[in-house]
Amino acid sequence: MTPQSEILLQLSGVGKHFGGLTALSEVSLHIRRCEIYGLIGPNGAGKTTLFNILTGLYQLDAGSFTFAGSSFASCKPHLLAQAGIARTFQNIRLFPNMTALENIMVGRHLRTHGGIWAALTRHAAARREEQEISQRALELLRYVGINRSSHTLAKNLSYGEQRRLEIARALATEPKLLALDEPAAGMNATETASLKVLLQTIRASGITVLLIEHDVKLIMGLCDRVAVLDYGKKIAEGVPAEVRNDPAVIAAYIGGGAA
Amino acid sequence: MNIREIMRPNKRNAWLAFAALALLLLVLPFATDALLGRGWVRIVDFALLYIMLALGLNIVVGYAGLLDLGYVAFFAVGAYTYALLSSPQFGLHLPFWIVLPIGALLACVFGALLGAPTLKLRGDYLAIVTLGFGEIIRIFLNNLNAPINITNGPQGISQIDAIRIAEFSFGRSHELFGLTLPSVHLYYYLFLALTLLVVFVSLRLQDSRIGRAWMAIREDEVAAAAMGINTRNIKLLAFAMGATFGGVAGGLFAGFQGFVSPESFSLMESIMILCMVVLGGMGNIGGVVLGGVLLVVLPEALRNGAGPAQQALFGNTLIDPESLRMLLFGVALIVVMLWRPAGLWPSSQRQRELEAQDGAAQQEQDTVYDASK
Repeated sequence: MTPQSEILLQLSGVGKHFGGLTALSEVSLHIRRCEIYGLIGPNGAGKTTLFNILTGLYQLDAGSFTFAGSSFASCKPHLLAQAGIARTFQNIRLFPNMTALENIMVGRHLRTHGGIWAALTRHAAARREEQEISQRALELLRYVGINRSSHTLAKNLSYGEQRRLEIARALATEPKLLALDEPAAGMNATETASLKVLLQTIRASGITVLLIEHDVKLIMGLCDRVAVLDYGKKIAEGVPAEVRNDPAVIAAYIGGGAA
Repeated sequence: MNIREIMRPNKRNAWLAFAALALLLLVLPFATDALLGRGWVRIVDFALLYIMLALGLNIVVGYAGLLDLGYVAFFAVGAYTYALLSSPQFGLHLPFWIVLPIGALLACVFGALLGAPTLKLRGDYLAIVTLGFGEIIRIFLNNLNAPINITNGPQGISQIDAIRIAEFSFGRSHELFGLTLPSVHLYYYLFLALTLLVVFVSLRLQDSRIGRAWMAIREDEVAAAAMGINTRNIKLLAFAMGATFGGVAGGLFAGFQGFVSPESFSLMESIMILCMVVLGGMGNIGGVVLGGVLLVVLPEALRNGAGPAQQALFGNTLIDPESLRMLLFGVALIVVMLWRPAGLWPSSQRQRELEAQDGAAQQEQDTVYDASK
């Protein structure tokens, strides 16, 4: 366990419904700084919905969440990114016709300032900023281990590389919380192992990680704490070993009758 | 041989090509005049205007990926601003260097105004709404002659002042450096200078933080927003920038033509400008310029060539050259789109894509080879 116990993200009574379908109801949880927090649950449990609320793609219908001390009841995606939540997507959403390097450079948009005037005149400060952007982007490519493909279009990268590029792009926004939606989906055992190392490195650098994952082995080996969602409700929370033996969790995964 | 030695001749070649291009652009009006006649110099002037328009639309469609079918509205705003402020219509005769910036600014404002309601729309829906806006502007211009006559309605505004900078009027011929420069030649150099400026601005924007944000929105708006891009502002900026170019071209058009009427700003014009962007190569400045030149010059060449060609082949004119021209033009468009779907001169990104595909294939082979070892 990490020594820090300061709470970074606090959800209280978060609810979301689409028409008659309740996607999330009364979800409360908290994530501490520098934790790796896992979010698991069967398909359709509301994990991605929760992610979309945290990153401003959906607005919540009930409850609220506070992040790094400020409350975000309904907020635009770019403001949440500004506040320090960066994410990846379940079905990779890179900028396919831009190179790997350019993808990360877009991630730097948030922390840089050059406008039209800087673009047209390219004055000294603007040039320095551009330099800084590409420098940082290259560092991040190296950090996630795909610097060999810097000038390859994102759509031509291998699946594992695309996953890594998405993480690098998210890191470029200098997040406090990195939210990863099934980062190991479709990866082979070797790729998953190196992903695990990468995530541990990221956490060691002081970034909190929130992880949706189906790979139980990865979750058990990596997460400090885990929450389980089922039909939009949190049914369990705790350290992985505990949660794994929770009867409600077993019931949710195997079927209602087993409990 | 080291790299520097290999590079040097290339660099010299690039400078030679650049010098040759500059020389060509300098003598173009004289050569055209001598070889094809004065009418063609006018067509070249129009080609430059359309290049500016196409480059403006390229920012909206090519960079930011927002399909705008009403772009000609901003051309109209620029043209009418010039026409109203510099003609007997209101008795105002403001100088060019004031009127053109006003027109550009107004077009910019209109770009943002018309862009604002469309921010949540994408693709086909955006296209339909912008098409509607384009028509609204034209219909407004057509009907603003009652109860108070502002635009003179369908008759349009005539006797617009020729472009004049200080005492130098572009409307009549001048003697410079021992050469007689007729009005069309003078306009050519003015338009050329502004086109080069527009090219420069496009190039600078393309490779900047703003340009990357536009492309990110084009590629995936949701991901762009999640990366912290304020998609609303950045999209409005694209609309406004594109519209500004349109406004500049509009002002030049009004001064050059001496007459504007709503007829010049029909949907067909919007579609032509879009064709220039798509046909030439969306997102690539060179391609868009090529598209602009071809789509102005080709129909004119067909107009002038279709009649005589029939005379020579069949002894008489079987099909009216005017209708044949559009038919051939349509066929040419279809052929280009079939053979070069990415445009005549696709952006370097598309080229890189092809190279990368080769690279990926190579890598795949390497992997297979590694595995079999």
